[in-house]
Amino acid sequence: MSGLSRREFVGAGLATGAGLVIGFYLPHGSNEQKSFSPNAYLRITPDNKVTIVVARSEMGQGVRTALPMILAEELEADWKQIEIEQAGASTLFGDQSTGGSASIRTTWDPMRKAGATAREMLISAAALTWGVPRSACTAENSRIKHAASGRSFTYGELAAKASTLPIPADAPLKQSKDYKIVGQRLPRLESTAKVKGEAVFGIDFRVPTMKFAVLSRCPTIGGKVSSFNDKESKKISGVSYVGKIGESSIAVVADSVWGAMEGRRLLNVTWDEGANKDLNTAAIMASLKREASKKGASLYSAGDATKASGRHVTAEYELPFMAHAPMEPGNCTAHYRGSNCELWAPTQVPQDCRDSVAQAVGLDPDQVKVNVTLMGGGFGRRLEHDYAVEAALVSKAINAPVKVVWTREDDMRMSTYRPASLHQISATVDGAGFPVSLTHRIISPSISGQKGLATPNNVDPDLPDEAGPVYGIPNYSIEYVMTQTPVPLGWMRSVYALQAAFALESFIDELAVSSGKDPLQYRLHLLAKDQDLQYFTTTWHTARMRGVLQLVAEKSGWNKPLPADRYRGVACFGCFGSYMAEVVEITMENNQPRVHRAVAAVDCGQVVNPGILEQQIQGGIVFGLANALRAKITIEKGRVVQGNFDDYAPLRMDETPAVEVYSIQSAEVPTGIGEPPVPPLAPALCNAIYAATKKRIRALPILS
Amino acid sequence: MAEITLRVNGSERKVTVSPETPLLWVLRDTLELTGTKFGCGAGLCGACTVHVEGSPIRSCSTPVSQVAGKNVTTIEGLGASGLHALQQAWIAEEVPQCGYCQTGQIMSAAALLAKTPNPSDEQITQAMNGNLCRCGTYERIRKAIHRAAANGGTR
Repeated sequence: MSGLSRREFVGAGLATGAGLVIGFYLPHGSNEQKSFSPNAYLRITPDNKVTIVVARSEMGQGVRTALPMILAEELEADWKQIEIEQAGASTLFGDQSTGGSASIRTTWDPMRKAGATAREMLISAAALTWGVPRSACTAENSRIKHAASGRSFTYGELAAKASTLPIPADAPLKQSKDYKIVGQRLPRLESTAKVKGEAVFGIDFRVPTMKFAVLSRCPTIGGKVSSFNDKESKKISGVSYVGKIGESSIAVVADSVWGAMEGRRLLNVTWDEGANKDLNTAAIMASLKREASKKGASLYSAGDATKASGRHVTAEYELPFMAHAPMEPGNCTAHYRGSNCELWAPTQVPQDCRDSVAQAVGLDPDQVKVNVTLMGGGFGRRLEHDYAVEAALVSKAINAPVKVVWTREDDMRMSTYRPASLHQISATVDGAGFPVSLTHRIISPSISGQKGLATPNNVDPDLPDEAGPVYGIPNYSIEYVMTQTPVPLGWMRSVYALQAAFALESFIDELAVSSGKDPLQYRLHLLAKDQDLQYFTTTWHTARMRGVLQLVAEKSGWNKPLPADRYRGVACFGCFGSYMAEVVEITMENNQPRVHRAVAAVDCGQVVNPGILEQQIQGGIVFGLANALRAKITIEKGRVVQGNFDDYAPLRMDETPAVEVYSIQSAEVPTGIGEPPVPPLAPALCNAIYAATKKRIRALPILS
Repeated sequence: MAEITLRVNGSERKVTVSPETPLLWVLRDTLELTGTKFGCGAGLCGACTVHVEGSPIRSCSTPVSQVAGKNVTTIEGLGASGLHALQQAWIAEEVPQCGYCQTGQIMSAAALLAKTPNPSDEQITQAMNGNLCRCGTYERIRKAIHRAAANGGTR
């Protein structure tokens, strides 16, 4: 920030075509012209175009619609007139990463303030032009109106004048009761392009004269290229280059993706497999058990969990490595031009792509331009930047633009995986069967730790959003034992919350059942008292969790009898600031569960777009169900076993339940929704399976 | 390499490629019709679904030589006069999230409706079960197919 004091609003002035630009963050440098390049912004031009720039990545979660809605609301804009622009990476932007269910929560205030500030300036511009008091003017539907005279201006007509005015420090924000756009089920802006096949995903983007590359990467974790023979590869028509990229991969470049794939198929490589050539999943799980005896870092502590007396109950839960497997395989287009490099990347982290590419090809970050494309899913896989670095290195090697494409097998075997974990939970219960104390120990490698990111006090920095307390148990301890693994780790949708919720909510069910109580009533009893549970910077309110449980009980008909052979289970969890409860109804067919119905209740504060919220919850439940039933990555001889959608099988239509979504009406600050629907699904399902079979599942996946 | 003639979306297209090249890559890389997607390369996900003589096929696993001289319809050729009833229904039911698999989904659904104008839930499941969606839009896909069928949606 070069010593300048930080303010949220820095200036308004002339954009291209004499318009009004509102910046959100103080930019670098002192050049006045450059000070209008904020991290996300509004541009109104005299031709009456209202453009909102989105500095988060669209991977299906709806940010390109939902974020502009927030700004448009305060702007009193005509929604039909809004145009969207995708921001690329810039040193002027704040953190542009898209993850942690954070897009709405982190842009809610700046987007509202930007809209409100612009609205107030447009009102001032109109009032000055007409020579009337500001109070006589109103903003509505992208016009400023003067009711007394019946005159009005479009925003475009006022843009030039407004851009010359001082910026109000505290533009008033609207009350939620007055919202016209926020809270509406507005359709997404890109659906037509997507159903016509016109939407350009990263893999679709083309640069004239570009080549295509696939890479042969060492299949053994941590291994390297020893030697290779490309004689056969080069016989394939169109193959123009074969060469080593980094220590552990070889690029095959051709005129088409297929040519590159064929060239790779015929490539003869000898690998130096390195230290992990005997690594396997059983050994990894055994090491988690060994590490469990270590003292953990305290994540949460209430009372003294060691001192309570009563009946003692313990259980252990295990979860495997999992892969994101977004439908669009990894890819990136790069054009290295000597003094600069341009990328077209389907990425959740444009700035990380910029920085790591700069380092890899020997440029400064500001010599790397990152254009963010649409993504065919992300689920966290595109929080990595390996695809971008590869593309830049290949482009540099061949001195031409290139698109690197990963195959499905590349994606499955060269991914970064949800960490495997072990959970030890113990409780002391009173005479009525309720826990007087509960200790939850999470034993798992740290994603950030493996990547060399900070892990203050031996706590993985994701855990504060993902492993908090649910219940106001008087003596309650949550601990984390950080372990290590050579298996590459990544953030996968809901990250540690999936593991924490599976263990805790299965265990709570065990306690309820062992004391002969209804699992939902049992949970409501544990939440009966209004308590504020302070967990890192989040305060979890038992009243709000109780609210979603009561809502899901009512909507699922929990107290009504089920049809013959149907069973149900419930679970609730809070993560990314949101409260979620789910009920699933199943039958057992050939010893396997079939989920017929899932009912979800959420409290995520103010809902910005109920249609997108519903999509996120429906999708999150389908994702959670696939994780619970089958998702398992195994390692044998240092290599990932699974390769495609046959041995790592996502959910298909025949297994998908009807999903009902209900939300608590709220004017609280909005919280996350991309990830919170995922964690309760597995325990709710396993609790239903227990109800059906009296068999308790303590290790995922269910069908292993 | 061989010269192969295809009829793609009603137009004759000559391509010079090796005959075993999967149709998918000829469509995407040679003809620049990128609405047809690469998902698995093994006929497991349906993202690459196109019609050959009206029947749905997985273009990632179909050598281009097999479709020489045949009529190929891709998403770009569906609903030649504006949006197909299925595309309209997809928008009305707000089906797409990321949208990547949806062109393949729509091509599978179009082939279903062409043969079965009013499919049952069971028939929809059977026809659509080969198409994967990681965003989990299946129930909306089902609703959209019913909606298109109700609107007489074979075109």
